[in-house]
Amino acid sequence: MSHAEGAATAPAVAPRTGDPEITPEVVADHGLSPEEYERIQRVMGRDPTFTELGVFSAMWSEHCGYKNSKRLLRLLPTRAPWVIQGPGENAGVIDVGDGYALAFKIESHNHPSAVEPYQGAATGVGGILRDIFTMGARPVAVLDSLRFGDLDTPRVRYLFGGVVRGVGDYGNCVGIPNVGGEVMFDRGYEGNPIVNAMCLGLMKHEDLITAAASGTGSPLMAVGARTGRDGIHGATFASEELSEDSDESSRPQVQVGDPFTEKLLLEASLELIGSGAISGIQDMGAAGITSSASEMAGRGGSGVEMEMNAVPVRERGMTPYEILLSESQERMLVVAEPGREDDVRRILEKWELEAAVIGTVTDDGMFRVLEDGRVVANIPALPLTEGCPTYEREGIEAEEIAALRGADLSEHLIPEGDLTKSFLLLLGSPNVASKRWIYGQYDTTVRTSTAVRPGGDAGVIRIRGTKRAVAATTDCNGRFVYLEPRTGAMAAVAEAARNLVCVGATPTAITNNLNFGNPLKPHIYYQLREAVLGMRDACEAFETPVTGGNVSLFNETDGRAIYPTPVIGMVGVIDDVSKLTRHAFHAVGDDIVLLGENSGELGGSEYLYVTADLVAGRPPVVDLEGERMLQQAVLAMTREERLRSAHDCSEGGLAASLAECALGDGEDPLGVDVEVDEDLRPVVSLFGESQGRIVVSCTPGETPEVLRLAERYGVPARRIGAVTPADDGFSVRVRDGALSASLDELADAYFGALPRIMDAPALER
Amino acid sequence: MKVAVVTFPGSNCDHDLYKAAQQVGADAVFVWHRERGLGGYDAVLLPGGFSYGDYLRPGAIARLSPIMEDVVEFANAGGPVLGICNGFQMLCEAGLLPGALVRNDSLRFESRDVRLRVERTDTLFTSEYEDGQILRIPIAHGDGNFEADKETLEALEDAGRVVFRYVDVDGEATTEANPNGSWHNIAGLVNEGGNVLGMMPHPERAMEEILGSTDGVGLFTSLAASLAATRV
Repeated sequence: MSHAEGAATAPAVAPRTGDPEITPEVVADHGLSPEEYERIQRVMGRDPTFTELGVFSAMWSEHCGYKNSKRLLRLLPTRAPWVIQGPGENAGVIDVGDGYALAFKIESHNHPSAVEPYQGAATGVGGILRDIFTMGARPVAVLDSLRFGDLDTPRVRYLFGGVVRGVGDYGNCVGIPNVGGEVMFDRGYEGNPIVNAMCLGLMKHEDLITAAASGTGSPLMAVGARTGRDGIHGATFASEELSEDSDESSRPQVQVGDPFTEKLLLEASLELIGSGAISGIQDMGAAGITSSASEMAGRGGSGVEMEMNAVPVRERGMTPYEILLSESQERMLVVAEPGREDDVRRILEKWELEAAVIGTVTDDGMFRVLEDGRVVANIPALPLTEGCPTYEREGIEAEEIAALRGADLSEHLIPEGDLTKSFLLLLGSPNVASKRWIYGQYDTTVRTSTAVRPGGDAGVIRIRGTKRAVAATTDCNGRFVYLEPRTGAMAAVAEAARNLVCVGATPTAITNNLNFGNPLKPHIYYQLREAVLGMRDACEAFETPVTGGNVSLFNETDGRAIYPTPVIGMVGVIDDVSKLTRHAFHAVGDDIVLLGENSGELGGSEYLYVTADLVAGRPPVVDLEGERMLQQAVLAMTREERLRSAHDCSEGGLAASLAECALGDGEDPLGVDVEVDEDLRPVVSLFGESQGRIVVSCTPGETPEVLRLAERYGVPARRIGAVTPADDGFSVRVRDGALSASLDELADAYFGALPRIMDAPALER
Repeated sequence: MKVAVVTFPGSNCDHDLYKAAQQVGADAVFVWHRERGLGGYDAVLLPGGFSYGDYLRPGAIARLSPIMEDVVEFANAGGPVLGICNGFQMLCEAGLLPGALVRNDSLRFESRDVRLRVERTDTLFTSEYEDGQILRIPIAHGDGNFEADKETLEALEDAGRVVFRYVDVDGEATTEANPNGSWHNIAGLVNEGGNVLGMMPHPERAMEEILGSTDGVGLFTSLAASLAATRV
């Protein structure tokens, strides 16, 4: 290969014929400030070429360089004895016992999904799958965390329908079960939906492989799909605000996915890793070849040299700039063991895919790009990957939000009309109602390991050949974070942990997706900093370190930011899958026990949103120590097999939680007869979203033991009622109020809500 | 019992099927779609998934894979062939079963547990079930709506070739219980010789209590029992 020869001497880099001249406007178009450009000039010791500018712009974007978030992310705990791989790799990895390791990560595809929901969401899933299998792990589960505006406009329904179809089609085709996630509809996300996808992969410890380019002279190979002109500058695009005309003009920056190729690439990659023919592998994701090659060089402490004419392309006449920044999907960069290129080719051929040598690993620390043997970019790799300027910005809370938090809610404490009517309205709100319309489009049972499917507190995947299982959930109530970022972020972590213990899993680690507005605005940076601090406190309290994640900033449309939404993807381990618990009540006559106490808030609740169209008030307090003890207590109850069901209280409060337990999956609903005597207004007792509460059920014989275990952990607990025959209906009495409805009424509100909204317009067409 | 599980590019239920066959004691072997010859196998299983990404039509390109010639030959010689989901679609495309599986009437991918009524227990695949038994089995497909012309449908029904029908919990073949719009709620059928079964639901996903149902086990034990019987 002729291009390997020039490595010894520093080659001259001259501007390429036909490339635009670099003007301040061109620099600004690349999302770089004048100061950042000066920094590039210092790093280079000269002016960069247009190609080099493109490379810097991608690597120093928020998406790749985390320039506005890195200093905050450093505050998060990342270590624990069970953490095998922390932040900085394609995915975090933890030990889950019996020689198995779990790779997991969450990633956003918000901007592409706002422009083209189907492809945006589909490629989001594709990207996160690749992050997992490039670690050597086989993907075993997907979760999706989604946010949209209210479903009352055709545009939002189009976005929602398209995203769900995109998530489904991609995962279904590759054959990875979807086991959970969440969705919230609120005008705070209108115009700027959130699409976060999380993936879990299992591997034996010895199969772990990292994405580092080491071994001077090792060949670099591009494998999988060819490189086209799609998604050029996606990483930079993802780091900008959207505007009204983003839809049309940004389409070329949205990638197009092909799950069939992904499935082949998945099998080929795992076979490659198993063959020992490669020493490193990395997805060409955001910023394509540029980020994969430079990051591998950066991690390996080496350099790379690549010939652009050797890259298999879809169309002729692509410039090095375009090839370097293309985000065509389903491509990988691998470092082959010297002399084993043909083994790599053979494996790829079997899976009907291409592999081409496009360069070599060098030892000079440079990221060097050639076109026909001529050097068109020559950049020190380390400053490129690690030298992205990071900023600590000014953060000040917006006065209007402080005012909202302090709003007087007293007029809303007295319900307008009948409590049961309000309750059915709440149960039929898309935020509380069954999400079956969504996961009914997702394959949840392929791979025959799904022990708890979507619709429960957390998804559970058993580890075949062992007694163990892993559980996962995604959570974040953006309204709480909006009203009080630190508390809201703590609540997100706490809810995730509660969801895990409800299936009997010990919370183990998290991946996070920080979805925020423009951090250059002080009130947004305030939200970001406060949320990270809240997350830190909760993760430390629960011993759930952060092993990686994703940052998506600039989620604004025409200057309006989304609710700050730090989505928590939490994983847990179940030692004995035969002991897992589910949320549905089990049998008539069982006792219903409430663990935890109502702290009396109505702020940020779904009840206020549904009945008063209001997002205001103080969100529920989070008592981290109380939460930790609650988790321990439920885990002890599960371990001793005392429980027949467990379910967290969240959106819609205790009343909604009890209804979900009663309805289960809708096939065998059971009645509920409950009385809760709290010194609170009925709406707060029933619909307040106080944290730290779990509804469990057990046989009456076990109740004393359940109460004793709760006491041992200092968790308030009391029997609040019993499971009754379905014909007896749903009855919940609180001080000065009561709910009473038939199971059919509940089921109609709960299961019928989303189909009524989403399928009705289609019928009218 | 030695069974071939044929893997096509894009198959994603091949491992599930392999494990289900193993669970009932079969010696299961993966056969890559480019391999030739099925001599030595007692049964052939075509797995679900998205062979060739469902390009053109589900199963349409897989039908052209080299191994399919051998599958047709194996079936025509009376060998047992089971096609599940995408495997069923391939069997229709290959002409081993009549009719076609078109887009679900909801126009969406449908994933859930359905109830199936066992319509016949005198086949290679259903002998361990009871007549009229109701099974709980998952489905997961976008194109499972079985269609055929009127004469074919009548002939299928007259000959009793419908093996599984979508029903409600009470065993009634209602419209509500039909997840995809299939004619006559057809979920699975056999060829004239009774040795080729195609079905959209996934019995291989209903093999263990922890997964929600064990109602799929009977299908694999039936096949194993039939093969054991023929060998004697």
